[in-house]
Amino acid sequence: MSDPRTALQGAHFAGDVTVTDAGLIGMISIRGDQSDSGFRTAIRDVTGHDVPDQREMRGDATGGLAWMSPDDLMLFCGHAQANMMAERLTAALGDTHNMVTVLSDARAVIRLHGVSVRDVLAKGAPVDLAPGKFEPGSIRRTRLGQVAVAFWLTGQDSAELVCFRSVAGFVFDWLSVAAAHGASVAYHAKPLT
Amino acid sequence: MSTRIKSGGRLIDRTRKVSFTFNGSRLSGFSGDTLASALLGNGQTLMGRSFKYHRPRGVVGAGSEEPNALMGLGQGPTFEPNQRATTAELHDGLQAESQNHWPSLSIDVGVVNAALSRFFPAGFYYKTFMAPRAAWKHVFEPVIRKAAGLGKAPTEADADRYEHFYAYADVLVIGAGMAGLQAALEAGRAGARVLLVEQTPHLGGRLLSDEVEIDEETSDAWLSRTIAELQDLPNVEIRTRLMGAGVYDHGYVTGYERLTDHLHGGEGPRHRLWRIRADRIVTATGAMERPLAFAGNDVPGVMLAAALRDYVALYGVTAGDRTVVVTNNDDAYRTAIALKRAGLEVPVILDTRDAAIGPLPRQARDLGIRVELGKGIATVKGGKKVEAVEICSQAGEGTVLETIPCDAVAMSGGWSPVVHLWSHCGGKLVWDTDQSHFRPDPDRPPTGHDGAGFVLTAGAASGALHAADTMPDAVAAGRRAARELGFTPSDTAVPTANAEAEEPLQPVWMMPAGASYKLRSKAFLDFQNDVKVSDVQLAAREGFESVEHAKRYTTLGMATDQGKLSNINGLAVLADSLGTTIPQVGTTTFRPPYTPISMGSIAGAARGPLFKPLRKSPMDDWHDANGAVWEPVADWRRPYTYLRDGEAQHEAVHREIRNTRGNVGVLDASTLGKILVQGPDAGKFLDLIYTNMMSSLKPGRCRYGLMCTENGFLFDDGVVVRLAEDKFLCHTTSGGSERVHAWMEEWLQTEWWDLDVYTANVTEQYAQIAVVGPKARQLLESLGGMDLSREGLSFMGMAEGDLAGIPARVFRISFSGELSYEIAVPACYGRALWDLLMQHGAPLGVMPYGTEALHVMRAEKGFIMIGDETDGTVTPHDLALGWAVSKKKQDFIGKRALERPDLTRPDRKQLVGLATQDPATVLPDGAHAVAGTNEYGGPKTIGHVTSSYYSPTLDRSIAMALIEGGANRMGEVLEFPVDSQTVIRATIVDPVFYDKAGERQDV
Repeated sequence: MSDPRTALQGAHFAGDVTVTDAGLIGMISIRGDQSDSGFRTAIRDVTGHDVPDQREMRGDATGGLAWMSPDDLMLFCGHAQANMMAERLTAALGDTHNMVTVLSDARAVIRLHGVSVRDVLAKGAPVDLAPGKFEPGSIRRTRLGQVAVAFWLTGQDSAELVCFRSVAGFVFDWLSVAAAHGASVAYHAKPLT
Repeated sequence: MSTRIKSGGRLIDRTRKVSFTFNGSRLSGFSGDTLASALLGNGQTLMGRSFKYHRPRGVVGAGSEEPNALMGLGQGPTFEPNQRATTAELHDGLQAESQNHWPSLSIDVGVVNAALSRFFPAGFYYKTFMAPRAAWKHVFEPVIRKAAGLGKAPTEADADRYEHFYAYADVLVIGAGMAGLQAALEAGRAGARVLLVEQTPHLGGRLLSDEVEIDEETSDAWLSRTIAELQDLPNVEIRTRLMGAGVYDHGYVTGYERLTDHLHGGEGPRHRLWRIRADRIVTATGAMERPLAFAGNDVPGVMLAAALRDYVALYGVTAGDRTVVVTNNDDAYRTAIALKRAGLEVPVILDTRDAAIGPLPRQARDLGIRVELGKGIATVKGGKKVEAVEICSQAGEGTVLETIPCDAVAMSGGWSPVVHLWSHCGGKLVWDTDQSHFRPDPDRPPTGHDGAGFVLTAGAASGALHAADTMPDAVAAGRRAARELGFTPSDTAVPTANAEAEEPLQPVWMMPAGASYKLRSKAFLDFQNDVKVSDVQLAAREGFESVEHAKRYTTLGMATDQGKLSNINGLAVLADSLGTTIPQVGTTTFRPPYTPISMGSIAGAARGPLFKPLRKSPMDDWHDANGAVWEPVADWRRPYTYLRDGEAQHEAVHREIRNTRGNVGVLDASTLGKILVQGPDAGKFLDLIYTNMMSSLKPGRCRYGLMCTENGFLFDDGVVVRLAEDKFLCHTTSGGSERVHAWMEEWLQTEWWDLDVYTANVTEQYAQIAVVGPKARQLLESLGGMDLSREGLSFMGMAEGDLAGIPARVFRISFSGELSYEIAVPACYGRALWDLLMQHGAPLGVMPYGTEALHVMRAEKGFIMIGDETDGTVTPHDLALGWAVSKKKQDFIGKRALERPDLTRPDRKQLVGLATQDPATVLPDGAHAVAGTNEYGGPKTIGHVTSSYYSPTLDRSIAMALIEGGANRMGEVLEFPVDSQTVIRATIVDPVFYDKAGERQDV
């Protein structure tokens, strides 16, 4: 069988922040009634995560469950496991009205690493990224410049970002410009000297 | 003459020389200079020519309000016109040129306008260029355009880059003078997250020039202590060179940061536009000194009084050796005192008031300065520089009492709070009679979502001009902002600020009070737009009573400085002319930005490749490497055709078509919209969305469907596939996927929320490839893994399986009329499948084809294209697609509209095919068919061409058109006049040009 490949094909940029293609990531959209106890139990049983609260991210892109909207969750898992996970979810959700859709290839995941990661995101996202206001465990569905993205912090100096596959190159280029040396804002974190 | 004095200048570093050029001459200044102070230091008082009369002009102020000293800075790709010399920081290699003169700054031909100034009154343009009408386009407009504007437009693309930054704060303090620093300190101590921004490079504001005693310390000591405390507070951020540009709803503020303008070849972005959300905004923007309106108040060397002492204190330069001070208030005495102490001469202070008894006048007199009360300036003598002033009585008509030689004049008409940011979002003003200025009305602030005011003012910006009042006002603002956000501000004692007490000013709007027309026509209100007292008076006489009308008629306050210096003086003159009061006249509207900001900062990162998002398919890099000529399709780029060596585009298109119809072609169809619709009510929902029946579709089958708007007009189409009993995949047009998805969600969320249906836009999850042509099956079978035989997968069928080991969904659908399969695979395998098809197809002669070949082939088959055959006014019936509009369904979107008389009338424009009489002639897209005459006697349009191509398959031109009553006009010959000489004739034919029976696709 042919090798699957990401839109960014392993692209990497090193500036004040490094910008890196996260590689193949399994992503599954789970639509359903998040207040339904049966739904919540099924999600927990299959994913190992409790249903996240509003704007909450449990885990990360290597394994996690994100709140996307009041009736939409996104499960992150291994790319090769996505179909199997989707089948298990569909089975566990049974007759309740739901929709489980594998969207692994509709999106691209980019990893950011560096002290000024909050500043780089703040160049394009209308989100309060100050420490204390935005911390690991939170997700924002927002925009970066002109394109829709979602992101969350994986540490104080690292983040993961999801965008649509067709604009992955645009987002990567945008981040590379924003993270280039000489453009530090030093607003949310002072650079190490 | 202006010069650098021996000592002083706290902002400059005399050990660091900086060299720059002005109009090509090499000059030098010091590190820390502004361009204006460096020019003054070089004796260059003449800095530009005025807009209308080309009068010689020098710098008037020392800050962002400057109307005169505008320069073109930089060169080529870094050139920028209309930059204020007073805010441009000097750096090595800076290139400046003055504006609006020819052939040179000191000899300017345009000055002839000044001699003719009585022929250029207010409203000159409106009065003069009325007739003859034709002259406007050919004579007046070209001449006016050439004369318009001060600076030259850049001729090259901007070489710099720019960016945005989103910042959030509890309290945003704008302006870091005494008030801003203290307000920030109060809010910061209370625990609020504070962002303090200052447009200049320095903190301190007027404290840097005017000494104030604060809590028994010098202002310098207070400044360093306060700044240190602010810097120690982790919740306070201070940013200089960042101007509060605009205040908008919901505490949204734009800030303009200049990052590299002060550097010689700095790296990184040049400007950064801050987009700030703050719960409370404290404007500590200070006040601006007003000029006085006397004849010759624009001669180089006449400056605002405070600016003169700023140049001495901050940069160690002086505008002249002998400076006459003219004032209506005590504050200007500070200038006289500062100049005298710097060893310069002040021959006289002209004070319009009858008495000057405060401590400042006393100090001036003690220094031996002559003070003349009740006096003013009749006129300033001199052209390119001040030579003398003629003194008159302020109360009189301008009879000259004495001529005093001097080379500079310091004028002060009082101070106006900078109310711009308060006013941007609706803050109201009150007229303060005692201080003769508009100040913010604290009872009518701009209000937020909760009805509470979100902008506060601090210090001079509130109208608290005197230091003793500024400090408590700033403390109150800082504490109030914090308290309103739930913080607990301290209630410790307010610092005491002491400066010399000042006596009240005397309002003076014209000097002298009874100035003759001759004097009034040389007394400038708006320096940048050359508006004089006489112009405003003329406007009033001609009936322009509203301040907004008078502004536009005279152009008062319409220049790049937006009337910062002229506003109040102009209003006062207008009020006087109308015989009313200033508050009754009111102000014009204050709009953002506070001073002009660069276009680059507004665009931010969006330039070059980042100008607009470009969507790329999973096979994009293959196309790019294989001769693709790109065509934008919505935000995607798609190959229009693939060029081979030496081919013209139309040759490539014809080759692709012949090969597809003769062998096999492949098309990247990944951009097609794909929307998943799932749930127990999915069928019911799609029956409402589409005009035809979808609930009757069998799982594993495909059906072409149409969507109408509520008005019955066709807006999208595509193939619907029933994947399972409760699951449909709806294909949309490439440009329509987001729109159709949003359309479905809108109906589900607002009208049919009782339906159990979920939708998902899965467009990008799949790479989709159309394999088309008589050898398509052979090619796919060579990949192996699925039964794609005629029986195994019949026309309009769908199969799922593995194709060459790749999980695939295969749809047997055709948009070309050939045997055709569309194969959807997860996008990560798109390129792999494409490569396999090219590899396995090579022996069969496979070629990729682009969108143009796609279009021609669909037109040969008479298939419509959304956007070509539809334009928002076309129904399915107009396109002979009535068969796809269900008559059985109880309802669907557009059903009722489609029954309206206008949509059922038989003479609507209907789709026809066209065969040109000359088969080699291709009709232009959009060509109009005409017959008879219309109500104006011209040719009557009866329809237009919607698609038109040369068909290599039929070796002739083909076209489709929408023609009135077209369905019943088969065989008629229509006329299409395409230019004044040429009429193309074409016969109406069936729009299906090729294989009407559909035998080719069903093999």
